[in-house]
Amino acid sequence: MDFPFELLMNAVIAGLLLGGFYAAVTAGVSISFGILDIVNIAHPAFIILGSYIAYIVNRTFGLDPILTSVVVLPAFYLLGALVYQVYHVSFEKRGDEALRGLAFFFGLLFITEVGLVLVFGVDYRYVEASYIGPSLHIGIVDLPMRMLVPCLVSLLLITVLQFFLTRTFVGRAIMAVAQDQLALRLMAADPIRIKRIAFAISIATAAVAGAFLIVIQPVEPSVGREYIGRVFAICVLGGMGSLPGTVIAAMLLGVVESITSTFYGPSWAPAVAFGVLLLTLAFRPAGLLGR
Amino acid sequence: MRSPVFFVVALAVGVLVFTACRLVHNDYVFVAGYTVVQYVVLATAWNILGGYCGYVNFGTAAFFALGAYSTVAIHKLVPLPLPLLLLVGGTVSGVVGLGTGYQTLRLRGAFFSIATLALAVVVQTLVTNWDFVGGSRGAYVLRPQTIAPLGNYVQYLFLTMLVLAVVAVTAARMIERSRLGNGFSAIRDDELAAEASGVPTLRLKLVATTLSGAFMGMAGAPFPYSVGYVDPASSFNLAYAVNSIAMPLIGGTTSWIGPLTGAILLGTIQQVATVTISSAVNLLIVGLLLVAFVIVAPNGIVGLVTAVLRRGSKP
Repeated sequence: MDFPFELLMNAVIAGLLLGGFYAAVTAGVSISFGILDIVNIAHPAFIILGSYIAYIVNRTFGLDPILTSVVVLPAFYLLGALVYQVYHVSFEKRGDEALRGLAFFFGLLFITEVGLVLVFGVDYRYVEASYIGPSLHIGIVDLPMRMLVPCLVSLLLITVLQFFLTRTFVGRAIMAVAQDQLALRLMAADPIRIKRIAFAISIATAAVAGAFLIVIQPVEPSVGREYIGRVFAICVLGGMGSLPGTVIAAMLLGVVESITSTFYGPSWAPAVAFGVLLLTLAFRPAGLLGR
Repeated sequence: MRSPVFFVVALAVGVLVFTACRLVHNDYVFVAGYTVVQYVVLATAWNILGGYCGYVNFGTAAFFALGAYSTVAIHKLVPLPLPLLLLVGGTVSGVVGLGTGYQTLRLRGAFFSIATLALAVVVQTLVTNWDFVGGSRGAYVLRPQTIAPLGNYVQYLFLTMLVLAVVAVTAARMIERSRLGNGFSAIRDDELAAEASGVPTLRLKLVATTLSGAFMGMAGAPFPYSVGYVDPASSFNLAYAVNSIAMPLIGGTTSWIGPLTGAILLGTIQQVATVTISSAVNLLIVGLLLVAFVIVAPNGIVGLVTAVLRRGSKP
């Protein structure tokens, strides 16, 4: 009776690969929500936007979706800087982040989704790339390439981000800005500029995460909503603003979800994130690697 | 104006609206009116927590759907009269509101909002997997064709919703002018200072989430009877969440007039836009209006009007 074991092994591996992808999806929120305290619930909408850009470029020029996302990174960076500027002037300055700031992001989420529905309709869209079909077989374990590639690129991306945050002046300033703006100002860094850079980076990661998403599964405009719960559950579980914590939490959630859908059916998977979120908030609100 | 007097006046306005609709001799007026008045209830309910306490609830759809699905479940077991169904739906949503609040309101404000977002996904997952109420296939609910004094059931639904709206608006106005309301605004303005001055913040917040959730559930309870067919996609529609946030914020969040104005205005625009343009476009309009208002006019229409009036009185 090695069948359940084999099934379990495959579920765990699939979960780890899925977790790698979730880490990329959450990295942006770990920066905006975890470090900057900006509750950007529109993040999944930017991810879907990234998916659609990858889709358009892939369909018209046949370019690789992940490569495309790297090319459009600067555009997403600028978009992020613009959104932060509006947010700062309209809400942060007025001290009105809690109510209207949240409503602002919710509105953005909604406008993006409805806008995409109006332009592309509600059909599922997908991309073509050489690694989407085949899988690697190692012993009893299957490694689908369309999961493996996003997972590896995601880990690379997060390593670079972590290096940037802990080793460079701007990165350290980003880590500091949430803790003490005045001290940062005394170090001759403009807190608003630092926050703008950080938020822009967080939106830039959405471009890459969006490309991963459309590589992994076909995308339609409302898919993003399923990720809101997941993203914030991972962010809280990992410990606000900790990228290594984000990776661990993402892998954990990926494995639990994968096991749930293997043994209880995929329709239960979305509820897992909420359970994780509630348990974390009840027992360890600081998260796994929280400061 | 004292609250009982206000209630009677509001009820009189409700009766007037109902009589006016009956004079039109077109059942569609009742269907459209039902939707608009339902949004008055949802917006007012959202505002009790969002506007008065400053806590954003993104899970209106979940509370609404809980009310709707309570009705579906009960409809399959024993046929109860509509007012009782409203009470059951309200109780279920109120209890869920209390539970969610208890889990998350002790932490920073944002966690509550995120939890409500996730709550919508989870309740939808549960309902989708619950075969008794139809699961993902949905369920047909056959309503009676007629009802004793009114004749037409559509009119009865509209009347019920109107009465519920009158109750909700009166309740919101009462809260506003009571010690409870003062406590709520203390929480909204500075929670730490409120706590330090002896305001029982957690208890007040729980009262607000429970009340707000209960009204949303009551608004959802008649839904299966009004549409006849309920499935997860229609009852968990994101439009409920967006509208119940957009309406108070566009109308103005500090008093009961705001959500009422916002709901009547936006609700009517949407009814017209759905018929004349398309339902996707009308949702886009709501989203754009919401973003425009929170940036340009943070105090909503009520804020704009008071600013104009104040300028007029001071020459």
